[in-house]
Amino acid sequence: MEITQSNPMNKEEIISKVNEFLIEEFEVSADVITPDAPLKETLELDSLDYVDLVVIIEGNFGIKVQQEDFVGIRTFNDLYNYIITKSAQTTAV
Amino acid sequence: MQNMNRVVITGIGIYSCIGKNLDEVKDSLYKGRSGVVLDPVRKQFGYRSGLTGSVEKPLLKGILDRRARIMLPEQGEYAYMSTAEALKVAGIDHDFLDQNETGIIFGNDSTAQPVIEANDIVREKKNTMFAGSGAVFQTMNSTVNMNLATIYRLKGINFTVSAACASGSHSIGLGYFLIKHGYQERIICGGAQEINIYSMGTFDALGAFSVRENEPTKASRPFDRDRDGLIPSGGAATVIIESLESAQRRGAKILGEVIGYGFSSNGSHISNPTVEGPLRSLNMSLKDANIEAAEIDYINAHATSTPQGDMSEAQAINAAFGQCRPPVSSTKSMTGHECWMAGASEIVYSLLMMHNNFIAPNINFENPDEFSAKLNIADVVKEQNIDVFLSNSFGFGGTNSSLIVRKWK
Repeated sequence: MEITQSNPMNKEEIISKVNEFLIEEFEVSADVITPDAPLKETLELDSLDYVDLVVIIEGNFGIKVQQEDFVGIRTFNDLYNYIITKSAQTTAV
Repeated sequence: MQNMNRVVITGIGIYSCIGKNLDEVKDSLYKGRSGVVLDPVRKQFGYRSGLTGSVEKPLLKGILDRRARIMLPEQGEYAYMSTAEALKVAGIDHDFLDQNETGIIFGNDSTAQPVIEANDIVREKKNTMFAGSGAVFQTMNSTVNMNLATIYRLKGINFTVSAACASGSHSIGLGYFLIKHGYQERIICGGAQEINIYSMGTFDALGAFSVRENEPTKASRPFDRDRDGLIPSGGAATVIIESLESAQRRGAKILGEVIGYGFSSNGSHISNPTVEGPLRSLNMSLKDANIEAAEIDYINAHATSTPQGDMSEAQAINAAFGQCRPPVSSTKSMTGHECWMAGASEIVYSLLMMHNNFIAPNINFENPDEFSAKLNIADVVKEQNIDVFLSNSFGFGGTNSSLIVRKWK
């Protein structure tokens, strides 16, 4: 489901959706995902995995993501905030 | 020449339309069971012939991690299955591979589906990134090598042989040379073949496939007078070869010895066969093995069930073996034409026969033509000892390969 202006997701819905696709895509158990856990180490991401992360974020939220943006994203909370901010920018257009 | 290593086979594995492991395949070979089906989807897609070998997709979730799986194309999955089996047979595990330099040379000559699917996505999204991180590794011709070398952390030679329908055979031949001359101790050889709907359309376009669609299991009939074309098929086969010294040092069970490799190019038409080209390959393999034609107990023919190809091979075999007439069969009568994989799978099939004292039948051989009448074709299973066999593989562009394997005693 993509975010639309008429039906924006709230923060909890976005976090839930992000966790859902991370669990599915990167095959981790739900209990390892906590807001302050390090994204890279928890999901065991290598450089190639960031390509897939970009694809699934864009595919799920309809936002444009640059790989460089991940430099500042260290924890799951950082990722949630990034998507929430980007989604708000997208829906505000 | 001096200080040549003897080259032995210590592991084999198979994933094909007549069985997903060595036991199943041995049973099919003995019983003359065909793996050919009619696929209606091919007809809808635009194929002239809907006949194909039917290969079950392996389930690798839980066996390979996500990163490994998203880089593997269809034929890579098959190759993983056959290689896992071959390594098990060889008694080689990850720890051993970490400590002992081992190479990989696989035969593969296409990877159509990932190329098409990735570009379809890019066309739709106007963004290459949507192809995902696995696509590039699936779309390259060396995909099988690069994936297996990564999964098994291999540290020796690592490249792909693309030689059309002789790819798998040349992979073993080249590996044999490298070990014989002391450059490698151990190489995982093999061949892999995709069988998805995108992989065979251009071949079908040539009208080379059988259209005996009302009798799929009777459609592949190498050397039979009424043959009307080949049936595409796929899967993967793995043949692990190593120096005798290496095999004995680690106490491996030796399954056979590669004693001869012959190769040639027809120097002629891109798809029409010749007699002279394969004959040079046959004779070169006999010379390399330093044996007489009469010492060959069984020939696993390339014969794919095309009118021209089988006729030419029959003449070549007759020219080299006319005096001794060893039993000949084409296992493609059961498997269809496994193309890039065939040269490796047919070594596996022949080794299974060698170890179980039978010659698999050339099923559907009901009436000979003028040329196949001169051969000693096994139309039914024969209980027979095999000490030495020869396996032929020929491909587009006129590439020819012949391998000779001797029983280890």
